[in-house]
Amino acid sequence: MSKFEFPKSIISRPVWGTLEVRSGEHHLMIAEAEGAKATLDIATPELMAHTHIIYIPRNTDFADRLRALNSAQFYEGPSYSASLQRIRRVLSDAHMGLQVYLSGTEGVMGQAMNEATAVGIPHTAIQTEHRGSVARRMQCVHCKGITEDVEVDPYVCAHCGLNLFVRDHYSRRLAAYQGVRVDAEDHGNVPEQKAIYE
Amino acid sequence: MTIQFNDETFRDKYTFRNSEWAIKRFPFPFHEDSYMYAVNMEQHRGGPEGSVYEKRFDVDEHYVSEMKDRAIVLDQDPLRCQSLPHMTLAGWDILELIMVCKSEDYPDLFELHRNGNQWRWINRPMGIDHSFTFMDETTLPYGPMEYITRQAQGDYAVLDQRDDMLWMDAGMVTTQADWSLDFDIGMNFFEWHAPVPLAHEMGIFQRALKFLLNIQQGAPARRLNWTMTVNPLLDTSPENYHKWGIQKTTLTPENIGQKQHLRVELQTFFRLPRSNAMLFPIRCYLCSFEDLMTVPKWGRRLHRVIRDLPDELATYKGFIDNRPMMLDYLTQFDDGLPTSPGIWPDLETEPPLSK
Repeated sequence: MSKFEFPKSIISRPVWGTLEVRSGEHHLMIAEAEGAKATLDIATPELMAHTHIIYIPRNTDFADRLRALNSAQFYEGPSYSASLQRIRRVLSDAHMGLQVYLSGTEGVMGQAMNEATAVGIPHTAIQTEHRGSVARRMQCVHCKGITEDVEVDPYVCAHCGLNLFVRDHYSRRLAAYQGVRVDAEDHGNVPEQKAIYE
Repeated sequence: MTIQFNDETFRDKYTFRNSEWAIKRFPFPFHEDSYMYAVNMEQHRGGPEGSVYEKRFDVDEHYVSEMKDRAIVLDQDPLRCQSLPHMTLAGWDILELIMVCKSEDYPDLFELHRNGNQWRWINRPMGIDHSFTFMDETTLPYGPMEYITRQAQGDYAVLDQRDDMLWMDAGMVTTQADWSLDFDIGMNFFEWHAPVPLAHEMGIFQRALKFLLNIQQGAPARRLNWTMTVNPLLDTSPENYHKWGIQKTTLTPENIGQKQHLRVELQTFFRLPRSNAMLFPIRCYLCSFEDLMTVPKWGRRLHRVIRDLPDELATYKGFIDNRPMMLDYLTQFDDGLPTSPGIWPDLETEPPLSK
């Protein structure tokens, strides 16, 4: 499964698109894990001649296929946080009209989107496509700690240890969904964990 | 009149009390015997003498104690007051608006003396006499929004206006009905209301936004909103929900009259002159069921409203589990007689309880 239909939800929940080639002198593609497939789907020699690809594999192996696209620049980073300084540098050098393509999980797309908008890239120049895991990046509303890759509801906060209900309320500034204590009104009564979209 | 300020707490022993004066002027939020969402905006141009509508920023007997409670919340969690970098000018607008309104509306409590940019602010109830330079942050102990909202009851959301949209880009939020400024800051009007059920589908937020975008300087607007809170707890924040949520289970048929509070928000909307931002004060008033029942009209009406409220709303407002116990209590105060239209207590004209 690489394409997932998210169920209809509340308005703060982000809606992801499908990458398409836009005209422009410069293109930055950040592909995480299965997100590489979205890059491969739209790559053309003309586009690649002006494209910087940043690939974060996370247990996938698309490096050879991406390298074979002969993009203007190609970088493989072991994790998002390891790649972050480079992403910031590339964005700070960005020319007017840079097109940004983000693909992969919600957590990485959300964080990379923040980096891009922070340097003034208009949201109309940023495209997204969700691929791969439907895990969420969650913020505990109580201790403020972020837990990455949450696949179940409720989940245990990696920081304060409370059992948290996975809400659909989403903050673009934090690139995270909100987690709220599930047993606040009945301590210890924690429902059985299930997959978020189960 | 001179206000006698209560010495009371909104936590721990909950010594908060409403005087008879405060009960009679309580902003009862139901103008008829049923409730559904509505945009329900009106001009904020005063109201009956002594009512919470009379002044632009109402000051009541809880003022000093509420400000002490705010200081406790901010000591424990400074993230309750935040301002994105482009909102500082709006902060000065807010400081000016509140100082001017309070000194004009309550000259016995507040004084503002302006000589060019050299300002002197006197806040008698809080014992403050402070000279500072307007628009110079280094002359204040906090940023301008934080400085003045540590001296003004109610929460304050500050909304930037751009692209025909309102963005919550600053705020002072310590008496909130379970929403997080830290999480919602930077969101637009539709996003921060996203968790509210039914109202989006009804077009409520689209119409409200249209109205708010057109609010002009000097023509503020207002509306009432409400929810339920067990114990007179001002800080019903999501941040602390893991601590206070359990209090909802402490209601019994014996204590519900004292413990269960109707929580009403007087929401007002002021256009700010320099920044063109919108100041959105959300002033919280609490009243116990027992005190509300001293007004026969409100007793009759509250029973009918709570009984007939759609389940989605009772769930969203967080009292679906306690609703049966509330109704057992409230039904004692509903004799089936008709009620007069409007929110006012009408003590002189409405019949006493005949039951």
